[in-house]
Amino acid sequence: MPDASDMTQRAATIAVLVENEAGVLARVIGLFSGRGYNIDSLTVAPVDAEGRLSRITVVTSGTEMVIEQIKAQLDRLVPVHKVADLTLEGPHLNRELALIKVVGSGSARQEALRLADAFRARVVDATTESFVFEMTGSGEKLDAFINLMRPIGLAEVSRTGAVAIARGTSSLTT
Amino acid sequence: MSSATLPAASDTQSLTGAEIVLRALKEQGVEVIFGYPGGAVLPIYDAIFNQNAIRHILVRHEQAAVHAAEGYARSTGKVGCVLVTSGPGATNAVTGLVDALLDSIPLVCLTGQVPTHLIGNDAFQEADTTGITRPATKHNYLVKQIDKLAETVHEAFYVARSGRPGPVVIDLPKDILIGKGAYKPAPEAEHRSYRPQVEPEAAQIAKAVALLKSAKRPVVYAGGGVINAGPEASALLTKFTRLAGLPITNTLMGLGAYPASDPQFLGMLGMHGTYEANLAMHGCDVMFNIGARFDDRVTGRLNAFAPNSLKIHADIDPSSINKNVKVEVPIVGDAAAVLRALIAAWEASPAEQDRASLAEWWRQIDEWRGRKCLAYVQEGSIIKPQHAVKRLYELTQESGKETFISTEVGQHQMWAAQYFGFEKPNRWMTSGGLGTMGYGLPAAMGVQVAHPQALCIDIAGEASILMNIQEMATLAQYRLPVKVFILNNRYMGMVRQWQELLHGGRYSESYSEALPDFVKLAESFHGVGMRAEKADDLDRVIREMIAIDRPVIVDVAVDEKENVFPMIPSGAAHNEMLLASNQISGGRGVTDEGTALV
Ligand SMILES: Cc1cc2nc3c(=O)[nH]c(=O)nc-3n(C[C@H](O)[C@H](O)[C@H](O)COP(=O)(O)OP(=O)(O)OC[C@H]3O[C@@H](n4cnc5c(N)ncnc54)[C@H](O)[C@@H]3O)c2cc1C
Ligand SMILES: Cc1ncc(C[n+]2csc(CCOP(=O)(O)OP(=O)(O)O)c2C)c(N)n1
Ligand SMILES: [Mg+2]
Repeated sequence: MPDASDMTQRAATIAVLVENEAGVLARVIGLFSGRGYNIDSLTVAPVDAEGRLSRITVVTSGTEMVIEQIKAQLDRLVPVHKVADLTLEGPHLNRELALIKVVGSGSARQEALRLADAFRARVVDATTESFVFEMTGSGEKLDAFINLMRPIGLAEVSRTGAVAIARGTSSLTT
Repeated sequence: MSSATLPAASDTQSLTGAEIVLRALKEQGVEVIFGYPGGAVLPIYDAIFNQNAIRHILVRHEQAAVHAAEGYARSTGKVGCVLVTSGPGATNAVTGLVDALLDSIPLVCLTGQVPTHLIGNDAFQEADTTGITRPATKHNYLVKQIDKLAETVHEAFYVARSGRPGPVVIDLPKDILIGKGAYKPAPEAEHRSYRPQVEPEAAQIAKAVALLKSAKRPVVYAGGGVINAGPEASALLTKFTRLAGLPITNTLMGLGAYPASDPQFLGMLGMHGTYEANLAMHGCDVMFNIGARFDDRVTGRLNAFAPNSLKIHADIDPSSINKNVKVEVPIVGDAAAVLRALIAAWEASPAEQDRASLAEWWRQIDEWRGRKCLAYVQEGSIIKPQHAVKRLYELTQESGKETFISTEVGQHQMWAAQYFGFEKPNRWMTSGGLGTMGYGLPAAMGVQVAHPQALCIDIAGEASILMNIQEMATLAQYRLPVKVFILNNRYMGMVRQWQELLHGGRYSESYSEALPDFVKLAESFHGVGMRAEKADDLDRVIREMIAIDRPVIVDVAVDEKENVFPMIPSGAAHNEMLLASNQISGGRGVTDEGTALV
């Protein structure tokens, strides 16, 4: 039972299965902005064979009462099928994809490659003065790599935000 | 009236979009549309012209169309229906939509739209209606293919009336309305994703019964959700409350859910609720909230709200539960279903109530009642607004006519809530959540359309009534004998009251300057105007008003200085009530924190 006086904040990774229809993303985002909830990241893509269902992964934070409220508010949207609080429901995998451009020459290039290897980032584009690394992992891992690239010649970052799924057999379906 | 005038089922292939819309409305049981025409919806108006199964009421402003549909819906339990054109027609409807959203009123509003190929081009009278109304509705649709049209209309009605009811917009591009397609009847299958829980969980009902049976100081706090659940819910609420011998209070939106004349009724609670209702809430050990949403106008300062209570909250919308106030026993379900289950479980449970404590609690409540917090003194010739409402109540009772009351927003609204007794549900229409001045006249109009023989009265303020006064013309056109009963205090009284209490009596811009002559105004709109200036005039004028079978405006000159009491100032607790201008019952009056609240 959420305690109204408990002001402790927690993060929550919430998976939302929705009808893949026009305006559904605007509804979800409008809900967060209109009610003043945080969005740390949000990803969306169709996930079934017919393209009728989309899965939204939203990472948010708030007090327990606010997070319960976010889930209830999401659940009452007409095109929403299911809402799952992955953080609460047990062990889950949380992954993000980043494309990271590093520009530089000489020893900086060597250093970038060495670190990329250690972080298992792949080189997906290279010129004599630049690399684009592709990397998947938890947000923290990506942060760590990107921070290391900063002094070496970090030029540009493109990130997806988290996608997540529960470990084990339990599945989110309609 | 017959459906034979609508295109027959065999022509289904050759229906226009507009005809499909009308057929779907008919299938959904729509009898009346409140609307206003314009270019984008002309095809629908053409289809309306060619049939007579569905009646169209031409309002004089789109906001009024929505409020009229709200009055129609609230007084009948049906879904109200609105039709407006694109652009300004749709934007004018927005206030009404938000009003219906906050008060959980089921509506379907059809809006015209520019043809699909022009959407996004800043075309003439184009507005992003689905974008604008997304946060103003329970759900909305833009129909881009004619083969989705019929099913969208059916779905819209389903969404509007199920779960927590609310307004739904269907945006209809003109090319869809003139295109040809097939009609599809309402589907039998369940909705893919929206299936609100109606039946409560037995385990939660059992917990509620155990808690209520063991209560020493219980209270029932019932709200608009009981009205939403239909008249049966009110009957069950009455049955349960009597069975258990509990004190009960209603929110502003819940008035009529429990008979006001019943000895167990404590009156309304909240900011302008009764002393006994608020102290019972403050002092209770078990609270049973059914169909109410712990609104800030009801709870007062949250950290001092019913501090020693365990709470049961039954609501059809899980997002209403644990939103503002943490509860121990949440129950998701429809109010009627919950009460049915509760009564059965109560009767089956062997546990005994704590009768001695309950008797002591009633003794305490009766002592609070002894304060007579709603007492007022009517002396001399100046009419007290409370007295005007009380006489209106008594004389309408005496007339024996079925009476429906709507209000505008302000002090008069609160006096109506305090001094007009409602014995049955669906007889009281007021804008609670949004507090929309201009609601009352069109709402009364919608009620009168639904109940042609009834006495429909808008209890109004002289400022609010001007916000939708144009609807007097609609009343005249359709011979709707709505009565407008203005408590004319020559002030935006509710604003003046706050300025008096919170802003040092600086009455900035709250005087009603340059008022019209309401008698002449009524006459110019083909109605009857009357005035009551002295206390002695009041009964005669009210009796005359009731007897006249035409639209009437009654301008009642009331005491300009009167304020609404009791009052829990913003940011105060239930046991910190103002009972009269200089009479504070415990507590600290208005704090700086409170001044920041609305
Ligand atoms: C000037 C002014 C002063 C006001 N002062 C007061 C005041 O003193 N006291 C007061 O009470 N109000 C006051 N109000 C009104 C207040 O703002 C709220 O509108 C009102 O308190 C809300 O009523 P409610 O809790 O019954 O909820 P509603 O707004 O009626 O909501 C209904 C609740 O029931 C649920 N529900 C819907 N359908 C069902 C169903 N079938 N079964 C079960 N649950 C259902 C909904 O999910 C929702 O939670 C005032 C308003 C104005 C404009
Ligand atoms: C559309 C709208 N604008 C402003 C307000 C703020 N407001 C609330 S009550 C009120 C004054 C109403 O005056 P009147 O109709 O004369 O009623 P009284 O309080 O005098 O009974 C105002 C301006 C509102 N509720 N609605
Ligand atoms: Mg006034």
